[in-house]
Amino acid sequence: MAKHLGKWLISGPPVLYLIVFFVIPTCIMVLASFRYAGEYGGLAPVLLHDASGAHLNLTLESYQEFFSDFIYSWLFIKTLVYALVTTFCCLLMAYPLALLIARSASKYRDLLVLLVILPFWSNFLIRIYAWMILLGPQSAFSAALNGFLGIFGVGPVRLLFTPFAVVLCLIYVQLPFMVLPLYANLEKHDPALLDAAQDLGANAWQRFWRVTFPLSLPGIYAGVALVFVPVLGIFAVPDILGGTRGIMIGNLIKQEFLEARDWPFGSALSIMLTIGAMIIVGGAALFAGRRRSGDV
Amino acid sequence: MALLEIRNIVRRFGDFTAVDGVSMDIEAGEFFTLLGPSGCGKTTLLRMIAGFDSPQSGEMLLDGKDLASIAPEKRPIHTVFQSYALFPHMTVAENIAFPLRMRKLGKGEIGERVRQSLEDVRLTDRGGRYPGELSGGQRQRVALARALVNRPRLLLLDEPLAALDMKLREQMQLELINLQKEVGITFIYVTHDQTEALALSHRIAVMNGGKVEQLDEPSKIYDSPKNRFVADFIGTCNLIDAEVSVAGEEKMVLQIRGLGEVAARNPGATGGAKGILALRPEKVRIAAQLAPEDDENHFKGRVHDFLYMGDVTVYIVEVGDGVHVEALLPNSAAGRPRILAVGDPVEIAWRYDAGTFLDG
Repeated sequence: MAKHLGKWLISGPPVLYLIVFFVIPTCIMVLASFRYAGEYGGLAPVLLHDASGAHLNLTLESYQEFFSDFIYSWLFIKTLVYALVTTFCCLLMAYPLALLIARSASKYRDLLVLLVILPFWSNFLIRIYAWMILLGPQSAFSAALNGFLGIFGVGPVRLLFTPFAVVLCLIYVQLPFMVLPLYANLEKHDPALLDAAQDLGANAWQRFWRVTFPLSLPGIYAGVALVFVPVLGIFAVPDILGGTRGIMIGNLIKQEFLEARDWPFGSALSIMLTIGAMIIVGGAALFAGRRRSGDV
Repeated sequence: MALLEIRNIVRRFGDFTAVDGVSMDIEAGEFFTLLGPSGCGKTTLLRMIAGFDSPQSGEMLLDGKDLASIAPEKRPIHTVFQSYALFPHMTVAENIAFPLRMRKLGKGEIGERVRQSLEDVRLTDRGGRYPGELSGGQRQRVALARALVNRPRLLLLDEPLAALDMKLREQMQLELINLQKEVGITFIYVTHDQTEALALSHRIAVMNGGKVEQLDEPSKIYDSPKNRFVADFIGTCNLIDAEVSVAGEEKMVLQIRGLGEVAARNPGATGGAKGILALRPEKVRIAAQLAPEDDENHFKGRVHDFLYMGDVTVYIVEVGDGVHVEALLPNSAAGRPRILAVGDPVEIAWRYDAGTFLDG
C-alpha cells in the first residue's frame, strides 16, 4: 500500500496537470466542434429548453462546412506540403551539423550545442520580424539576389509575403529542434563500430550508410516529429511573412476564433488537424517500429 | 620472410611515447601475443597494424609490402575488438555477412559462407538473432566469425576475453587455440593477463613503457625472464637483492645480505655485478625437515605467514636475517601431516638452476 502511495505521490501531480490542462480542454474542444456558434460569437448553449423540456443542441454543421468546400482541404494539403518541405530541409541541414558536433572534441561539444540553442535567447516574434527586414525589397539580400538574377535576364523577384519566405523562416525556426535529438543520438554511437566497419572493408561512404545512418534512425524520427508536428499548427510565421499567398491552416483556425468568431468551426478545424497529425505521425511510427524489429 | 615485419615503430602522443622503437617478426601461422600492463603500448601497436593509427617513424611490412601505403579498409587484416563492436542493428548473420558484402561477393556465395561460418562457431540457430539477444560468449564467437569469414592474412585480437567471466574465459581459450589451429590464420593477441598469454601463445612479446622487454616462447619467458620487469610481471617471483661474488662458467655464487651465499645459474654475469635473484615460489621445496640434496641451496627458517589457496598453500618463510622467501606447497603433497602454522620452524631448499640472476 505504502509503495503505491509513493508511486502516486510522484506521478500524481503531472498526471493531474495533464488531465486538467490537456485532456479536459481537448474534450471541451471536441464538444465545441459539434455545437452551434453563439449569436455574438462564443458558443450557443448545449441544452435548449422549450415546451417539451430540455434537449441537446448539437450539430455536424462545422464538419459539413469543412467538407463542402475544397478550399479547406486544399489549405490542409498546402500546410502539409510546407511542413514536409520544412522537415526535409531541416533534416538535410541538421544531420551534417549534428554529426559535426558529435564528432568534435568533447571540450567543444557543449559550446557548439549552446550555439545551436542560442537563437532561443531572443524573442520568437523579434526573430521573425528580423526576417521581414532581411527579405524586404529594400534589403541588401534582395538587392544582391535580384542583381545576380538580372545578369541572366530574370526580372526582379519578390521574396517577402511569399510561400518561399514562410518555408525559409520555418526552417530557421525549427532547425534546432532537429539538431538536438540528432546530436543526442549520434553522440552516443560507439566509435568502435566505425573502426570495425572500416576494419572489415567499408569505405567512408559505406560506413555512413550502413552503420551511422541506420543507427541514427531513432534520432531522425524524434527530430522529424519535433519539427513536423509544430509546423502543422504554426500561425505566427505565415501571419508575418506569408502575405495572402502564404497562409496555412493555423492562420485559418486563428481567424475563425478571433475574427470570424465561429468557435465551432475553428474547433472542427483543430480536431481535423489533430487527427491528420496523428494519422501521419502514427503511421510513420508504425512503419519505423516495423523496420526496427527487422520485419522488412 | 616473416609474414609481418615490424621495424623500429615509434608512436608519440604529445610528450608521451606510447610505442618506442619496437621491432619484431611475426611468422605465418603463429599465435603471437603482445603482453604487458595497461599503457605499455600493446594496443597502440595493434591499432597501427590494423591501420587506425599511424607510426611517426618505422615501417611495417606484410608479406614484404609496406602497410603504410594500404588503407585500413584494404588491408587483409581483421580485428576482434575488446567490446566486440558488433553492429547492433544487424542480425548475427548480417554481421558476419558484412565483410563479404563489402567485397561485393555474390548473394549465393555470401549465404553459403555465412552458413558455414555460423556452423564453425556453433551458432547455426542464432543467425536471425540480434547481438543484444546473445550472451557474452556468443557475442564473442560472432565477433570471431565476422573477423575470420573473409580469411584475412592476419587476425588481431584486442583483449577479446577480458569481458567474460573466468569459467567462460577458460573455455574460450581452448576454443581459440583450436580455432587458430583449424583455420591456420596468424593471430596477434593483445592481453594484460599473463596466464592467458602463457596458455595461448606460441610466442610472447612482453612489453613495458613502449618497449619490448622480452620476446620468447612462453616457457622461456616464465623460466628465464630476462629482467626484473618480466620476472615480476609474469607469475609470482621472489626477487631478492644480490651481488655476484664468484661467477663460474655455468654456475655462480651470489652474496645475499642477511642470508649469505647462494648458488645460482649464471646467465652471463661477471663478478661484482649487482642485481637480483629471481626465484619462482613453486621451485622452492618446503617441509618441516628436508634431506639435503646435491646442487641445492638449503636454509632453515620460520613460517612468517601463509595463504591457504585451496589447491596450494603459499608460505612466506623468513630465513637468515629477515630475508623473506615465498614457497608454494601443493595441498595434495603426500605424507603431509598438517598445514604448517605461523612461527613453525621449516626448511626450504631449491636447486641452484631454479634461481636466475638478473642484472640491475
